[in-house]
Amino acid sequence: MDTIQIAIAERVAEQHRHHGKALFFWVWGALLLMTAIEVYLTYQNMQPGKMLTILLGLSLVKAALIIGYFMHLKYEVSSMKWLTMCSVVACLILMTIFFFPDAFRILYLGVK
Amino acid sequence: MADSAVHDIQSVYEPSLFGTYSKKIGMWLFLLSDSLTFGALLYAYSYGRISTEGWPTPFHSESIVNATIMTAFLLTSSLTMVLAVRASVHGDAKGQRLWLLATMLCGTGFIVLHGREWSNLIAEGLTLPMFPKVPGHEAASEFVNVSKTVPQFGATFFGLTGMHMLHVTLGVIYLGVVALRRKFIPILLVLWLVAWLATPAYSPFHYGAHVLLIGAIVCSIILWLKPKLYDSSDVEVAGLYWHFVDLVWMFIFPLVYLMSAKIL
Repeated sequence: MDTIQIAIAERVAEQHRHHGKALFFWVWGALLLMTAIEVYLTYQNMQPGKMLTILLGLSLVKAALIIGYFMHLKYEVSSMKWLTMCSVVACLILMTIFFFPDAFRILYLGVK
Repeated sequence: MADSAVHDIQSVYEPSLFGTYSKKIGMWLFLLSDSLTFGALLYAYSYGRISTEGWPTPFHSESIVNATIMTAFLLTSSLTMVLAVRASVHGDAKGQRLWLLATMLCGTGFIVLHGREWSNLIAEGLTLPMFPKVPGHEAASEFVNVSKTVPQFGATFFGLTGMHMLHVTLGVIYLGVVALRRKFIPILLVLWLVAWLATPAYSPFHYGAHVLLIGAIVCSIILWLKPKLYDSSDVEVAGLYWHFVDLVWMFIFPLVYLMSAKIL
């Protein structure tokens, strides 16, 4: 790495040094707890649509915890946060717009 | 000293827009592109499910328990990975190596459990046309029917989980190189031989084991061309990849397994 890269890496490492271990254990515990809730809900005979909503909601919370704390994005500068999250969300929204109306159309038309 | 280096060069180079070093930005960009790969696979799975009547829900409680343990392995591996990054920024080389090895162990546990589950499903008849038939094993009629009536299920299930398993395998190799450098190559070759010889010829893992051989060759070339001591920034970048693999599983687990659980 060249000098400026080393200097930036050292600054990033300095940020990491201020994070306590306990926080990571709390996040890990929360992730395990949410996984247990998901498995419990699976066997509660809920409506598939309702269950899907709850499971995806929990998955999004788990994803946010992993990205924010484990991947350290919470502590990055705002331009990094916006670039990464906006670009991936925009692409996923585009996929949703293209895929799902068609999937439901096939279902309702009964095309085999 | 680090700050003075930045000030000296500031007139020549603009500071990073994203406030971090370039290989970390590079890894983030790769992960963004990879998230679209998995996004497309998850959408394909969901599309198939919505547009197909009679989508099967074949996963018995044993499969759900197995997948839950796999999830716990991955979540624990993410914890050990952040502890490895923490050890590396504190200059604790021994701790860094130990936590990386713990992460690899959890990752390997995930792969073994996943491989066992695949083998059971294939033996019971949930298969793809490209998989060889399992000799002398009576397939359960439920899974044979699934493969015949809704072939999209097997295709999307094996495609999605196989892609994820490949990512976990590559992640374990990546962490092995960061933790052990050249010492990891003979270990990887032994793992390849064991995986290749211990799996029967009809198993997809008999051929899949060659990923380890390809990994050993690629890593040897990289370590030969650019031998270096991996510092805390390398461990952090490797950690980003590992957490991403964990992150993707957080969507595969509920969508593929929990939503397809067989409720009696």
